[in-house]
Amino acid sequence: MSVLVIGEHDNAELKPATLHTVTAAKEVAGAEEIHVLVAGQGCAAVADAAAAIPGVAKVLLADAPVYEHRLAENLGPLIAELAKGYSHVLAPATTSGKNVMPRAAALLDVQQISDISGIAAPDTFVRPIYAGNAMATVKSGDPVKVITVRTTAFDPAPAEGGSAAVESVAAGADAALATYLGAELTKSERPELTSARIVISGGRGMQNGENFAMLERIADKLGAAVGASRAAVDAGFVPNDYQVGQTGKVVAPDLYIAIGISGAIQHLAGMKDSKVIVAINKDEDAPIFQVADYGLVADLFKAVPELEQELG
Amino acid sequence: MKVLVPIKRVIDANVKVRVKADKSGVELTNVKMAMNPFCEIAVEQAVRLKEAGTASEVIAVSAGVAQSQETLRTALAMGADRGILIQSDAALEPLAVAKLLKAVVERESPELVILGKQAIDGDNNQTGQMLAALLGWAQGAFISKLELADGAAKVTREVDGGLENLSLKLPAVVTVDLRLNEPRYASLPNIMKAKKKPIEQLTPEDLEVDVAPRLEVLEVVEPPARKAGVKVESVADLVEKLKNEAKVI
Repeated sequence: MSVLVIGEHDNAELKPATLHTVTAAKEVAGAEEIHVLVAGQGCAAVADAAAAIPGVAKVLLADAPVYEHRLAENLGPLIAELAKGYSHVLAPATTSGKNVMPRAAALLDVQQISDISGIAAPDTFVRPIYAGNAMATVKSGDPVKVITVRTTAFDPAPAEGGSAAVESVAAGADAALATYLGAELTKSERPELTSARIVISGGRGMQNGENFAMLERIADKLGAAVGASRAAVDAGFVPNDYQVGQTGKVVAPDLYIAIGISGAIQHLAGMKDSKVIVAINKDEDAPIFQVADYGLVADLFKAVPELEQELG
Repeated sequence: MKVLVPIKRVIDANVKVRVKADKSGVELTNVKMAMNPFCEIAVEQAVRLKEAGTASEVIAVSAGVAQSQETLRTALAMGADRGILIQSDAALEPLAVAKLLKAVVERESPELVILGKQAIDGDNNQTGQMLAALLGWAQGAFISKLELADGAAKVTREVDGGLENLSLKLPAVVTVDLRLNEPRYASLPNIMKAKKKPIEQLTPEDLEVDVAPRLEVLEVVEPPARKAGVKVESVADLVEKLKNEAKVI
């Protein structure tokens, strides 16, 4: 049976998380087809982008007002209905995937497998538990496997080269349980945190939000995204969507620079798969140094301006 | 309105988890256990609603081993009115817990269920959304703000791009994120008082829920270890190494 991927988008553009999820889908699909669901409103361009992913055989387009904001109460039943024709349904483990997939799984009476980082067999998956301090291999006996995918564990599929057919699917009724009131989205010209090649993050040691400007200047020189530890977000230095960690975003860039971050296990859970880790902290016993490839014991207020200068 | 707060007993967030030698799971014997931190935030929110006069009664419920009673006592000491323990020695998956909670909701008829967004043991992040699905209720997942008025819950959700605001028709299920509130510590007098608060004992059989697991855990192992690297002496040294050794900038 074919495999269904839930496309991540904002009605205007297909998000890279979808490409990572398609790679995971290829691993479970074998010779079977991969289909992508694009549910939204006015999202035909997103469907075209999904159709261009090599390896995708068909795009299902559910273009209707009830899916405009991808409310779980409306999207969950659509996914559950479509899922009956598939062996697997996969979504990226983004906040939208985490929101809607358990709803769909429960409607299907299926135990979802969250945040998989590996595929041992089409019914057997590896996933981190306890903030990544243990890796569990679990085998599912459910008829449909409902899965969210840790995007950093799978390379992105190419975005171009395919030419899948786009097929419209009928929209379901509005559950009329939730009303979208609006969003306050962080605007940034910098790369998106979870797909950036370089990430520079600040912690409690930054002392206040204004000091993050130092990190932003370095980020702009390196083409990096800016992240933060929970402590920095809780203290109100930066918005919630900066948070890297067990319950925030999981990142695995080529280079992760941790500034004034002590390295609680919950933070390490979100960044320890980065290829190269740099830590700058004045406390030489900070746990972050246990995972850092390059550690510099220094006062960040001296070291960071120096770093900016060195980068020219 | 009645508010139901499902809570979970987990390994204390500050304990370093160890994988069992036989790869069957993580070591739980002689390990400090505590209420899941997200559940503490859920209890705090419910108690604040009671203190504000919005909630008439706060009921804490936990599904798990007999010692989950201690976790319920913590919730009672924080201000919940009574507890329900659904005792089971089996490993309960989120779908099974959601089904148990649905049965409790049907008995208690709360207007609002407040849960933690995820438990820090399984990191599943499923139970609240599944409960909402099974009940056919609205869901507000990962909330950092909650306002109740005119038969609706206005919530602010923490999403990947920032924040999203929704209005949920009541009854509803919400799952809480870190920044909704800062949970209180129970005072000694309240801990003493909590000992007298009632805890009802149930089993999955009482609620006629099949909790048989759907997933078979084949093995649990340590993640590949990351070895510590080197300390550099200066920023210039660091930049040189990143350019010429690691070749990442």
